[in-house]
Amino acid sequence: MAFFEQLGILAVTPGMVVMWLVALTLIYLAIGREYEPLLLLPIGFGVLVANLPLTGLMTPGEGLIWRFYHYGVEWEVIPPLIFLGLGAHTDFGPLLSQPRLIFLGAAAQGGVYATFFAAQAFGFTLQESATIGIIGGADGPTTIFLAAQLAPHLLGACAVAAYSYMALVPIIQPPIMRLLTTEQERKIRMKKARKVTAREKLWFPVTATIVILLLVPASAPLMAMFMLGNLFRESKVVERLTDTAQNALMNITTIFLGVAVGATMSADAFLRGDVIFIFGLGLAAFCVSTACGLLLAKLMNLFTNDKINPLVGAAGVSAVPMAARVAHKVGAEADKKNYLLMFAMGPNVSGVIGTVVAAGIFLTMLG
Amino acid sequence: MAEDVLAPLAGKVLSVTVGVGDVVEEDDELLVLEAMKMETVVYAPADGTVSTIMAQVGQQVEEDDPLMTLG
Repeated sequence: MAFFEQLGILAVTPGMVVMWLVALTLIYLAIGREYEPLLLLPIGFGVLVANLPLTGLMTPGEGLIWRFYHYGVEWEVIPPLIFLGLGAHTDFGPLLSQPRLIFLGAAAQGGVYATFFAAQAFGFTLQESATIGIIGGADGPTTIFLAAQLAPHLLGACAVAAYSYMALVPIIQPPIMRLLTTEQERKIRMKKARKVTAREKLWFPVTATIVILLLVPASAPLMAMFMLGNLFRESKVVERLTDTAQNALMNITTIFLGVAVGATMSADAFLRGDVIFIFGLGLAAFCVSTACGLLLAKLMNLFTNDKINPLVGAAGVSAVPMAARVAHKVGAEADKKNYLLMFAMGPNVSGVIGTVVAAGIFLTMLG
Repeated sequence: MAEDVLAPLAGKVLSVTVGVGDVVEEDDELLVLEAMKMETVVYAPADGTVSTIMAQVGQQVEEDDPLMTLG
């Protein structure tokens, strides 16, 4: 009899079977469609094993994946390490050559704040609303970082929503971009940016760290690591560290993050009525953010002779470099000799900073 | 009248579509650059004949580097 009690198959619940389908869908999207495969593949597998009964993988204090989750995510270790790698990948040159574009990265957080208020109207708590709103930044690690502290029960759903919308940037953004801009505006060729010196790029991570952390100390774990990675890169004297942060360390932490996040999605935690609202509100947040970036660029054009192509405003969401590529492509449809890519990288990288700052503000107010 | 074709952005030369001596019209495809893992086509700025090609496949170019000359 004892043997039968240990048989997993007899402990399967209908909810688990539904979660297997969710897991297989994520694995399919990763392998078959190559939607953010580096994350959706481990997440999907994490969902699968967490919903096989009696494995104990997520048993607090004992389970293997619980340990990944507890020490990696709850202890806020992994998202900052991923930000170290992102910093080592980021070139702030396009931002420094046109500092006014930083406003577009800030404007594109509009959806985050708007959704924060909207989610409350749907009955979510302040903490839950902030976590759902941050999906609009389309930044996976930041979403996970905030969710782990404010609303751990929503972490899995919010992370999957954030990564899904990141993968869907090329599908979600272009219709909004075409709707809110005229053909004439999409054809605007921006004036060549000035060259940024190596010294400026070196000073940026240090100065930005001081300024941002003095203003929003709660953003420190992500921001400090992000800027340290960038300092590695721009210092040009620690190639080995830059390389490790960009590749080996990022890959290792991605594995643990993906599996752990997936494993939080047990049937009880995920199959709730409000999950559909999370995905819906997250999508709305992302669309509003895109629109805010576009509209601010149009507004800025009213006051300047040196016109901004509003498409680069849409790149203010922090899906790097996907959103910048989309701005470039939509621009090239209107004028094939218009090369917006590097201009769009300015709002794009400032969007990352903007989302981290938004998370810091939420933590300060609600943490 | 010779005209240099400059790289519109930094990237790697993925392929060169034309050869020396080819007659091209404005907006014809000249070569393909790869920047941020995205292919970007460089088009002829004017009508002309390709007189020299500086860009080599696999080469990393900076913004405004001359890629070829149209005579």
